[in-house]
Amino acid sequence: MAQTGNDAFTDQKLENMVGNLLRAGVSLSAFVVLIGGVIYLARHGRELADYRIFHGEPSELKSLSGIVRDAFALSGRGIIQLGLLLLIATPVFRVALSIWGFAEEHDRMYMVFTGIVLVVLLYSLLGSASGF
Amino acid sequence: MRERQINPLRESQFLAPKRTESKRNFCADTPAIPGLKWIEIAMNQIPIEQRVLRNCALQHIRRRMWHTLYFKDAMNILEFTLLVAVGSFAAGLLGSLTGLGGGVVLVPLLTLFFKVDIRYAIGASLVSVIATSSGAAAAYVKEGFSNIRIGMFLEIATTLGALAGAFLAAFISTKALAVIFGLMLLYSAYLSRKPRSRAERNLPPDALATRLRMNGSFPSEEGGTRHYNVQRVPAGFSLMFGAGALSGLLGIGSGAVKVLAMDQAMKIPFKVSTTTSNFMIGVTAAASAGVYLNRGYVDPGLAMPVMLGVLAGSMLGASILVKAETKVLRLVFSIVIAVLGAQMLYKGFTGGI
Repeated sequence: MAQTGNDAFTDQKLENMVGNLLRAGVSLSAFVVLIGGVIYLARHGRELADYRIFHGEPSELKSLSGIVRDAFALSGRGIIQLGLLLLIATPVFRVALSIWGFAEEHDRMYMVFTGIVLVVLLYSLLGSASGF
Repeated sequence: MRERQINPLRESQFLAPKRTESKRNFCADTPAIPGLKWIEIAMNQIPIEQRVLRNCALQHIRRRMWHTLYFKDAMNILEFTLLVAVGSFAAGLLGSLTGLGGGVVLVPLLTLFFKVDIRYAIGASLVSVIATSSGAAAAYVKEGFSNIRIGMFLEIATTLGALAGAFLAAFISTKALAVIFGLMLLYSAYLSRKPRSRAERNLPPDALATRLRMNGSFPSEEGGTRHYNVQRVPAGFSLMFGAGALSGLLGIGSGAVKVLAMDQAMKIPFKVSTTTSNFMIGVTAAASAGVYLNRGYVDPGLAMPVMLGVLAGSMLGASILVKAETKVLRLVFSIVIAVLGAQMLYKGFTGGI
């Protein structure tokens, strides 16, 4: 990119950091989901599967605190849901990291753009629960 | 019959749906399932004097698998999970080999084949989209093709669109969702067959794009770097809002629309468009996934095999992509997409969803 100043922090460097963050986030969440999956199948594998009728998830698997509580109670479904939550949070962390990166580059305009994206993401993850 | 002792509880499930044949036929030949070859090989290790038992047990397994494939109601969670994981693996593999994305066939696969409610299917698909996008983007960013500024600016549009789409999904009937999904599939199939227009090079810099510092360069095939100037930012921005809305509504990455917006409207080089689009897909999907999670559309039991299967499939696809001949594969996959699209439309209109 056209970052020509004596600033050592470039877009390419930021992109590399973002790449590492994404890989770590996906690996971690896949690992957590796998562990939860094994526990879930060991306990409930013989029950009948039924996804034809939509029930919606119980409230403890919808909210952040509920998922964390369920996961620490070593419920298989709770652990899977925690892994999925980590996965959804990975892009959010990525956006937060980008804000920091643009701040290092003293790029006000892109800090604002990235900030807007972060607010939208946080609203979706935390705020939309009360909307319904 | 001996196989009754193997699993007496299952007997009723075999005979329940319109199966009235005599017990003698129970051991009759059932066609083999290709994927189960290893079980049959293992079975052959059983000593010869137990051959009758072995053959019956083999028939039992074959029959059980065919049964679960045709009468999905009799599946237990373990069987369901394994079958969904295999299907998702195939979708992820084909999606990454052809570059058409696995998400687009996941929802039809889950709803049409596994009879999953379309809202659960969309929730699970969204989660897998984040996984594959983030996994692939991690590899792409290091090559220096993706443009983080273009991506970040357009993500304002896609995340807002995704939020709108996810909210809209709550008010749309599942039948309407199926119809929209069918149209989207048919359009994707059409796009994948359409020849790509030659990229115009050396366009003059656009005032707004320059102010937004979007113009960039990337390592070209001839060696060295190639510079590009971004065009028509407002048109690209509005298309991106649409792409985000589709993603939030249908639980897909909608990479095709994103590439269309960047490649066609903003005249960004194809390689930069595709990698930047992949980069954006994860953030877009996360915006709607939050809403879906809060609304209880993300079921861990379903999302687990879907996410792990698609992730493994697309990682394998990405590693063999380099040398693979994908032309025929791409044709086959776009036919599959078109057929699924027609089926979704039909089910949507007749109310089978």
